[in-house]
Amino acid sequence: MFGKLSLDAVPFHEPIVMITLAMIAIGGVAVLGLVTYFKKWTYLWTEWLTSVDHKKIGVMYIIIAMVMLLRGFSDAIMMRSQQALAVEGSPGYLPPEHYDQIFTAHGVIMIIFMAMPFFTGLMNIVLPLQIGARDVAFPFLNSLSLYLLISGVVLINVSLGVGEFARTGWVAYPPLSELGYSPGVGVDYYIWALQLSGLGTTLTGVNFLVTVLKMRTPGMKLMDMPIFTWTCTWANVLIVASFPILTGTLAFLTLDRYLDFHIFTNELGGNPMMYVNLFWAWGHPEVYILILPAFGVFSEVISTFTGKRLFGHHSMIYASGAISILGFMVWLHHFFTMGSGASVNAFFGLATMLISIPTGVKLFNWLFTIYQGRLRFTAPVLWTLGFMVTFSIGGMTGVLLAIPGADFVLHNSLFVIAHFHNVIIGGAVFGYIAGFAFWFPKAFGFKLNEKWGKAAFGFWISGFYVAFMPLYALGFMGMTRRLNTTENPEWTPYLYVAFVGAVLVAMGIACQLIQIYVSIRDREQNRDLTGDPWNGHTLEWSTSSPPPFYNFAELPKANEIDPFYAAKRDGEAYKVPAKYSDIHMPNNTATGLVMGALLTVFGFAMIWHIFWLAAVSLIGTIVYFVIHAARDDQGFMVPASEVARIEGEQHAILAKVRNDQTNTPVNKLEQA
Amino acid sequence: MSNLVFDGAKGHDHGHDHEHDHGHHDAGEMKIYGFWIYLMTDCILFASIFAIYAVLVNNVAGGPAGHDIFELPYVLGETACLLLSSITYGFAMLAMHKGNKSGVLGWLFVTFLFGLGFIGMEVNEFHLLISEGYGPNRSGFLSAFFTLVGTHGLHVTSGLIWMAIMMYQVSKHGLTNTNQTRLSMLSLFWHFLDVVWICVFTVVYLMGTI
Amino acid sequence: MSKKRYPRFFGFLALFSMLLLSGCDYTLLDPKGHVGIQERDLIITATLLMLLVVVPVIFMTIIFAWKYRATNKSATYTPDWAHSTRIELVVWLVPLAIIIVLGYVTYKSTHALDPYRPLESDVKPVTIEVVALDWKWLFIYPEQGIATVNKIVFPANTPINFRITSDSVMNSFFIPALGGQIYAMAGMQTKLHLIANENGEFDGISANYSGAGFTGMKFKATATSQADFEAWVADVKNSPKQLATAEYSALAKPSERNPVELYSSVTPNLFQIIIDKYEGMKPGKIVHEKKEVAGTEGMEMGKHSAAQAEE
Repeated sequence: MFGKLSLDAVPFHEPIVMITLAMIAIGGVAVLGLVTYFKKWTYLWTEWLTSVDHKKIGVMYIIIAMVMLLRGFSDAIMMRSQQALAVEGSPGYLPPEHYDQIFTAHGVIMIIFMAMPFFTGLMNIVLPLQIGARDVAFPFLNSLSLYLLISGVVLINVSLGVGEFARTGWVAYPPLSELGYSPGVGVDYYIWALQLSGLGTTLTGVNFLVTVLKMRTPGMKLMDMPIFTWTCTWANVLIVASFPILTGTLAFLTLDRYLDFHIFTNELGGNPMMYVNLFWAWGHPEVYILILPAFGVFSEVISTFTGKRLFGHHSMIYASGAISILGFMVWLHHFFTMGSGASVNAFFGLATMLISIPTGVKLFNWLFTIYQGRLRFTAPVLWTLGFMVTFSIGGMTGVLLAIPGADFVLHNSLFVIAHFHNVIIGGAVFGYIAGFAFWFPKAFGFKLNEKWGKAAFGFWISGFYVAFMPLYALGFMGMTRRLNTTENPEWTPYLYVAFVGAVLVAMGIACQLIQIYVSIRDREQNRDLTGDPWNGHTLEWSTSSPPPFYNFAELPKANEIDPFYAAKRDGEAYKVPAKYSDIHMPNNTATGLVMGALLTVFGFAMIWHIFWLAAVSLIGTIVYFVIHAARDDQGFMVPASEVARIEGEQHAILAKVRNDQTNTPVNKLEQA
Repeated sequence: MSNLVFDGAKGHDHGHDHEHDHGHHDAGEMKIYGFWIYLMTDCILFASIFAIYAVLVNNVAGGPAGHDIFELPYVLGETACLLLSSITYGFAMLAMHKGNKSGVLGWLFVTFLFGLGFIGMEVNEFHLLISEGYGPNRSGFLSAFFTLVGTHGLHVTSGLIWMAIMMYQVSKHGLTNTNQTRLSMLSLFWHFLDVVWICVFTVVYLMGTI
Repeated sequence: MSKKRYPRFFGFLALFSMLLLSGCDYTLLDPKGHVGIQERDLIITATLLMLLVVVPVIFMTIIFAWKYRATNKSATYTPDWAHSTRIELVVWLVPLAIIIVLGYVTYKSTHALDPYRPLESDVKPVTIEVVALDWKWLFIYPEQGIATVNKIVFPANTPINFRITSDSVMNSFFIPALGGQIYAMAGMQTKLHLIANENGEFDGISANYSGAGFTGMKFKATATSQADFEAWVADVKNSPKQLATAEYSALAKPSERNPVELYSSVTPNLFQIIIDKYEGMKPGKIVHEKKEVAGTEGMEMGKHSAAQAEE
């Protein structure tokens, strides 16, 4: 009736886990209690949970990313503290079977449940606005993607309290991840959390590709699109091409574990090396999916805050394209040491090195955007400058690892850990945080507190160097990854320093949380009234902050690169149109939420082998979807009068601001 | 989206408001475009299964290889079912473009029968193999075989379910714009599965029997 | 403004002080074997080549950001300057040139350092067979007829030909002081060729996470003189333990942090036997009569198999 599930699944005997669960429970009850107390359930349901508005969906993605950042970072600080304590033969405080789950969960959470949702959220909020569209191509699908991500989030968090998580590392190589060597439910949690959220990501990729190809405002040529939109587009190309490989690979592992197949097993003719190949054929494009949108953020931030057009717009597009295409041809560099032979290794090493060329081009383009510009040192700019220095180092160590002969001594060492954290933190995370600060006013109508933002940056960047430079050294000292204790006394000081670095990053995160609180508290003083707080170049800045739910009353004109910059230059910005038209908008729907909830139950049931429940929930999902599709909801019309009213309000505010500004001489460039 | 045409409207007319601007293509075309892209992701999924098959085809673990278990005449029969079903779906689409509702329903039903025949034959083949001890848990080769052919079969089954739903929707609401868009998407799906089957037939059965 | 530079210098300080703490032993930068030395030289060469680009980029970032800060009104300001063919050519071609050099180095070194490539030497190599178990290393000396757990001894300045497999999950056989690693995988044999240039005791590890006992999966690799090596072999030949089938089955069971074991004799061909256990990787025998294939390897599936065992 309950499959493998029983009360034994709850780790009552592990105090650390039980205390964590208690804290989560208290926090959860508190949130639910507050929502009830302020009578916000209806608001939450109609305005957020059933919304198909890309701006709302984007915000929800980012909230999830930030919550998962806290969980992933807790894993990190537990790992650093364990390694700092468990030196010279001491056991530390984490039992090994717990530690092994922590490093697995840390990788999965940070990549799949922090970084992916973060960039997806930014893309959701910004991309349709940048191309002058009113929403994405398939708003319902967008909502479904969000709930598929939430399914994965729920499952991986439930694994903390019910059962266990995988103890295989985030890559989960067989045969270790096969039933014989991992008989528990941990790998099954891994499989279903990734499978469900991966499906959501694939749908997002399809959605945004169609959006970009079919819904640009009239006149906007592909090559004129903003660079953030372009890098997201390349990322979406990578998503649709690579995520099906992950779907397949996880499905094969599922068949092995559930139906005694022999695709990746040691015995009876399975081939574990195939998993390694397939996993990384997805895994490498995945990291370019993570970094490309961050590159796009940096392009937007640098060009806006230097008061200058981005240098080399077209070459940026080509460089991103080259990175994407090459990104598909390099996966073997993750396992040079699996014995493929020199010719194969050399090919993949050379292909990997080639990627540094377009990446370098992008760096130089940013440099030459700063050159002869007027750079304002806002928080997003600090993150960008920090990225440019940090990513150069990380990229260099990456090219080093791309040389098979060097990789033979560095593979799986802490040098590799340092390298990929170098590029993911210094590249992707810095980029998303910069994008968060940059577009926060657009999403919420008020700016973030600059002081706390800069403090966060200071802690993050110093914390990063203090935490990870010692790891490069430890790699050179022969320390491998995923060790739960160490014995070599020479490693000890480095492990201590690395722990201090993690504490510094923790302080950076604390600053960010304080920043959010302070910004909300002080929002009236920091209102973004015009919708253009930074003197931006692209179309999202032509809307109010936040934009009206339909984004644009009239589809904007975009005949060149940086259309809003052009409009302001030509005196065309903020023109009141002669006549407003009715606008066709999609309806809210609960279907995404319901399907996501049912699929979460399905995943849980599959994990615990409660097969009747799995069948019921899967069929329920399909039935619910068919009913939704049969309803064939055609949306609703927003009457022109309503549009006129909303637009009128914003134009009144704009007029007042202009009035105030002409009475106070202010150099527009200094506006920050 | 501002560019949504009211494609719930009956018939093939473009009886929509011109008051709201839609500089874009209509929603149906966009859905088909998106469905193409989804189909390409499905293609890559199948590619990964073909890759598995290629790697594992000789890993028989002392058990049977392809030529021991494949019966080409039987597979030819299966193939005929599927290819004919594609032709009949084509007739259904022709009827749809002519606005011939009963023609659509008729040809869809024939397609459904052919598809069901294909699945029935495949389930029978699997059952025979498993009962002889040559199930997917016997060897890597058999795991790959069942995965590849089985995944294709699952896709065909999903298509059949979709087809049944479409037959119901068309009989109840007629050839609305929405139904036509969805029939077009199912058409793409069905022909895609046909193409995949040709690859399966060639790589697995033909090459396995040589 | 100062906030921007302060934390970064703090970071660099940490980095440089790390490197200056060179009282510590950076194993990979001070290898004890020829292979490891070539790998280290490769790392250093590649790093220097890349610093040619990375250092200017970092300096340009800091200098440009400072010089063109908004408060510096005296700097030239060209808001619409966004293209320069000359600069494009330089930024595409200069890194390309460096990558071409690096690529050539990569190509040559990848072939030279191929783990499967036997080392050139006049000295007769010593062969050691390696089996990764949960969670210890079994070493078999086929020519000497002895076996050990978690310890190997070999003569310095002699090529060691490692033949590696696993009777469990994927591991990675690695002696950092001597050179690169290679995966140990069940049903397969991988090869590694190393040599020690001097006597010494070196740490050996698994470099691929393999489960609960992974952290303790360590061994010692000792290079000695030829005479001492032969004495050690003779010693092991006097050891009371023998690695026969039953003993091996017991050894293969999961255990952690195993002490060193020495076996005076070992089942002949044990290494190949272990590989052959995973028979599925090898193609089966061609069977010409349908439906009469016997399920070998003890997999009795239903009533039809083993009826006619066909060879």
